[in-house]
Amino acid sequence: MSSIKIRIKQLKNDITQVRALIAHPMETGYKKDEKGNKIPAHYIQELTVKHNDKVITNSIMGSGISRNPYFAFKFKGGKSGDKITISWVDNLGFTASEKKHIK
Amino acid sequence: MIETRRKFLKKFISTTVYFSTLTSGVFYSISAKAAWPSAYFRENSYRKTLKELFGDQKLIETSDIQLKLPKIAENGAVVPVIITSKLENTETITILADKNPVPLIAQFNFADTAIAYVSARIKMAETSNVVVIAKAGDNYYFKKRKVKVTIGGCGG
Repeated sequence: MSSIKIRIKQLKNDITQVRALIAHPMETGYKKDEKGNKIPAHYIQELTVKHNDKVITNSIMGSGISRNPYFAFKFKGGKSGDKITISWVDNLGFTASEKKHIK
Repeated sequence: MIETRRKFLKKFISTTVYFSTLTSGVFYSISAKAAWPSAYFRENSYRKTLKELFGDQKLIETSDIQLKLPKIAENGAVVPVIITSKLENTETITILADKNPVPLIAQFNFADTAIAYVSARIKMAETSNVVVIAKAGDNYYFKKRKVKVTIGGCGG
């Protein structure tokens, strides 16, 4: 089971839309638990989307992205069978990666 | 020697248990931490964050950045945003919320085959402006939109 769910849709004009839903707490470090202890910050810092071996978009982010992040991107030139890879790195050094082929 | 091995195994197992508890069953792998510009994501005023990100660069207001945002966000923890830049050669899109403790939310770089488009969900601490800055060629453009937040999304 992966923490990343990918949906791919071919739009008009040679455009491919990639949507990603990621399971991640995105803790800011400001919140407190029931006992009043601070919940440590835990959030994704980098996200990369690749079309085959080419990076389409890479990004940096902080805890201002909502819990269980959702992203959508668009790019040109996606063909049936091409591979889309999405990966992330968080502030604790965890990473995850998931791939899906265009139908 | 066997003892050392035992100790090692014990340690290994407890670490594994810790991580699987932490991530509640979702599989992650660990890797070395990459360089991430912590200065950009410091708790800071909006103005200082802008300076950190763009120096003294002039920011030009534009209508060529299309922003789709709710006028009123009932829950500041989840504010959907859709951004499209119609500016030619848009290389990066930066999203900020000017009253968040950490004003910078994210910055996206786009390759030549990418459309300067991104959809995301962001947190907003209180009613404030969402500011989107696009770098196109050598220029920096911005568009902002006020979002009324009923319940803040950053605190406890």
